[in-house]
Amino acid sequence: MTKHLDRDMDHLHRDILSLSAVVEEMIGNAGRALQDGRVDLAEKVINDDEDVDQQEVAIEEECLKMLALHHPVAIDLRRIATVIKVNNDLERIADLAVNVAQRAIGVKDYPRFVIPEGVGPMVSKVSGMVRGALDAFVNMDTHTAKSVILRDDEVDALNADLINRLRLTMQQDAQFVAAALHCFSAIRHLERIADLATNIAEDAIYLVDGEIVRHLSVTKKIAK
Amino acid sequence: MTVSLKNLNPVVESRPADRAVVASPQDSAPIDSKEQTDEATTAIRIEGFNAFYGAYHALHDISLDIPKNRVTALIGPSGCGKTTLLRWINRMNDIVPTARAVGNISLGDLDVLASSTDVVDLRRQVGIVFQKPNPFPKTIYDNVAYGPRLHLRISRSELDDLVQWALQKAAVWDEVKDRLHKPALGLSGGQQQRVCIARTIATGPEVLLMDEPCSALDPISTSSIEDLIYELRQQYTIVIVTHNMQQASRVSDRTAFFYQGRVIEFGTTDQIFTRPDQKQTEDYVTGKFG
Repeated sequence: MTKHLDRDMDHLHRDILSLSAVVEEMIGNAGRALQDGRVDLAEKVINDDEDVDQQEVAIEEECLKMLALHHPVAIDLRRIATVIKVNNDLERIADLAVNVAQRAIGVKDYPRFVIPEGVGPMVSKVSGMVRGALDAFVNMDTHTAKSVILRDDEVDALNADLINRLRLTMQQDAQFVAAALHCFSAIRHLERIADLATNIAEDAIYLVDGEIVRHLSVTKKIAK
Repeated sequence: MTVSLKNLNPVVESRPADRAVVASPQDSAPIDSKEQTDEATTAIRIEGFNAFYGAYHALHDISLDIPKNRVTALIGPSGCGKTTLLRWINRMNDIVPTARAVGNISLGDLDVLASSTDVVDLRRQVGIVFQKPNPFPKTIYDNVAYGPRLHLRISRSELDDLVQWALQKAAVWDEVKDRLHKPALGLSGGQQQRVCIARTIATGPEVLLMDEPCSALDPISTSSIEDLIYELRQQYTIVIVTHNMQQASRVSDRTAFFYQGRVIEFGTTDQIFTRPDQKQTEDYVTGKFG
């Protein structure tokens, strides 16, 4: 039975890696679409979402099948439970990337609107967090997971700064209100992606240590 | 040794009041949550226990506090000493000439291993159910009445009540009530095992030891026995040896993992099966070895 479970675990591992790669690419493309006004990349992100949805359902079905057939315990149980959660988070991240892409297309209608400078660093930070969280999960690396959790505050700070700047833009020039709102919304979606990356990092810690740190303060999460 | 009905533990004393059915759902409520496992008092205290068969050192320095009114599962690969420990708890190894033990096993104030301990009385307090159903070649009624006839001075009608109560408690009454005076060996394996459990509880034990009680049974009978264990834990301290990991995780509150004659880990069952502390425990419960 163990060999069967190991074989299914390998398949599951490959499937979640494949989904992770698609979602990471979607975040990168959505960020570039927003910063560089690349409508082609935005449309690619929107098209990729259907593939993500299908993969998400397939992975969930595989997890449920493994729970039913193998009755896993200990690390095997934690891995499957974590995959179910990470799978769901990745699908939500893909949806948010689609939202960012749609806002990028919306902003494109206002060629005179300049995307604030802080958006580039925020996209990089958020992409880095997602990559770090997935690396932590795949490599069972709690050190990396904790560094991802710490970076969430930096993204929150960038988010607050950008929102302030956009508010000023809207106050100063009414013609940019619609564009700024698109940008505002995209930034909020990026911030949500960072939150989901944090969730994945917390799940990586649960996978390794068997401890749920989700509702602890950041200090306690790191100290664990 | 003959004792009166009133000298038995509260389970038997309370028998007439609850003879109607196996415990109701309300009865089981107080011990439903795993958190309460840790609050249980100790029924069997094992301290620095070592067991030998001749020169072979079978159990090494075992210390375990088996909680009262809980199910404790002993798991581990064949030959790791689970059954040896179980057999020492009711002194079954007394009949093995090469067996000897060092250390303490106490049941309340009773020193189980002391030479002065009345083994017959001990076995009335500590019942055991084996892997293979072993009804006596007698009728169903006589199987259950056998212990009480030895231990209790009770009337025929009281004995009838006691037999009915034990068979009801063992969840087999409805299936055998119309053939109480037929041979127990004519029953199915699952029914025989439940009759054996009825026979065990009829003498009013405090502790039930179960040595792989379902390994010879089909899934439906196994399910009946597991339901029964869940019900019985309200009134008995149960220690079960099992090779079936799912069974251990389903029925027990605490689990001890044995390996090569040592207790590697002892904890709440949910901890052992979700995040064991020891690598050997994890490898065993996930089927990586053993």
